[in-house]
Amino acid sequence: MSFEPILLKPIPDDDQIDVYEKHGGYSALAKALKEYSPEQITQIVIDSGLRGRGGAGFPTGRKWTFIPKDNTKPVYLCVNADESEPGTFKDRQLMREHPHLLIEGTIIAAYAINCHQAFIYIRGEFAAEARLLEKAIAEASTKGYLGKNILGSGFDLNITLYRGGGAYICGEETALMTSLEGGPGYPRVKPPFPAVAGLYGCPTIINNVETLCNLPPIVANGADWFKSYGTPKSPGTKIFCVSGHVNKPGNYELPMGVSMRELLFDYAGGIKNDKSLKAVIPGGSSVPMLTGDKIDVNMDFESLAEAGSMLGSAGVIVMDETTCIVKAAYVISRFYQHESCGQCTPCRQGTLWMYRILHRIEHGKGRTEELDLLLDICDNIEGNTICPLGDAAVPSVRTSIRLFRDEYEYHIKHKKCMVELGPRFE
Amino acid sequence: MNKADKSILTKSTIERLEKLLVVFPEKKSIVLPALHLVYEQFGYLNKAAIAEIAARTGVPDIYFEEGANFYTMFPIAPVGKYLIQVCHNISCTLMGADELVRYLKEKLKIEVGETTADGLFTLVTVECLGSCGTAPVMQINDTYYENLTREKVDRILEKLRRQE
Repeated sequence: MSFEPILLKPIPDDDQIDVYEKHGGYSALAKALKEYSPEQITQIVIDSGLRGRGGAGFPTGRKWTFIPKDNTKPVYLCVNADESEPGTFKDRQLMREHPHLLIEGTIIAAYAINCHQAFIYIRGEFAAEARLLEKAIAEASTKGYLGKNILGSGFDLNITLYRGGGAYICGEETALMTSLEGGPGYPRVKPPFPAVAGLYGCPTIINNVETLCNLPPIVANGADWFKSYGTPKSPGTKIFCVSGHVNKPGNYELPMGVSMRELLFDYAGGIKNDKSLKAVIPGGSSVPMLTGDKIDVNMDFESLAEAGSMLGSAGVIVMDETTCIVKAAYVISRFYQHESCGQCTPCRQGTLWMYRILHRIEHGKGRTEELDLLLDICDNIEGNTICPLGDAAVPSVRTSIRLFRDEYEYHIKHKKCMVELGPRFE
Repeated sequence: MNKADKSILTKSTIERLEKLLVVFPEKKSIVLPALHLVYEQFGYLNKAAIAEIAARTGVPDIYFEEGANFYTMFPIAPVGKYLIQVCHNISCTLMGADELVRYLKEKLKIEVGETTADGLFTLVTVECLGSCGTAPVMQINDTYYENLTREKVDRILEKLRRQE
């Protein structure tokens, strides 16, 4: 059980450009500019089977091809560094430890899509990471990897860092663009898709940090090399973020399709204090919960969908037997009602009603009939909103009721948790 | 506003603001970066500063107000010198965020949303800070504090107090 990470290489001081270069950094960019046309880079990425690492898993190369061929407007690239999905903390580590990997990946992507102005939209709270990226951009410019005529190729690119303002919704690609344009981060109706009419009405590609970090190794080693990791439909490695009740929480970069049992027990050190595993949310708080006996599932897009959940952003939230499921669902619902932008009624009202009901149950004022009401609200939010935030608020709460209804009923009847909560903060 | 008038923005803020104006294809894009500038200088969204930025840049002040209402990371009124933001989302809750908040309330003798009498600390709870692997987590002004324990919290608060 040991795997040499590709993105999260344990190289000290890799945030310094000299160190990054010494370990082969920016050689993939040089190769891309010297040996390949933009179309060839796109083809390599299509052949690699790389799928977006932000949650949706859309094929990256194919996304790039959606830019209209007869386009005459500027093309923009937005790096989605607005990492805010509860349970997810991989992009932060990438930006902290390997900011140049992101910069190099961004330049390669920009070259492939013929973009000369890229924006990195980083969540506002990540002040330290923003400073590191500013430094990395400045260093890369000094070395001629950014700016005019990059490495003598004739290709120009400018990267601008843009800090968010604490709104989860801005991780949604259309909200991200609205925010960058200077408005409140309200999502837009699709179509038109961003690749056709995005930022400032121009063709725009939005890619996640981890997605872009995969590009330098893909260009350096080829599509077949990338496909030698992971599964045929979910190739490559993935950074799994493990949090909650495990002995060694943290990021684990492993081949796609690793089993959840292996991830939790061999890598993340097993369940804390030898407790038993009650439930797992495998892809960030927006995906369905699985009970603790369902961990013999492979961590890839297809396998988790078959198991009734989703890989999402691979934020694996682990809950042991001392977790009150009602409390967990209540906390998650509080988040979505807080982050709903308020544009669509089903999401604005629905997430608020869910939160209020769960608040009542959690505080001993719930009624049994409200459980079905909660499920009814879930049904009425899902599929009825402009963006996926409404859909994201539903799965964990819905599955928590389906899988642990007895615990809700106990909570309502006895006005307290069914399980004894363990001390956590010592 | 005549630029010669007395400004409440520092020279550095004005310089950075002017740089912003040439970065974006459309001027309105400066709204959020400008709110960051005001927050950095004042520790909250000072209204007069925003009005001055609107006047200097020609971006209507309604856009800044919209942004100030939407983006929750900036306090809209003055807060303590140290803004303690405790994450209480799912992973931090699983790792004891409630107890952490209770401990801070006892130590600072304030409730969530309040500021200590000496104006030093304001305590608030926030949603996911994106550091779930090192829960429980709090952010004080710009800085993250991770894997918190009672002992660590004691040390952090003591250090900040000593700096005064």
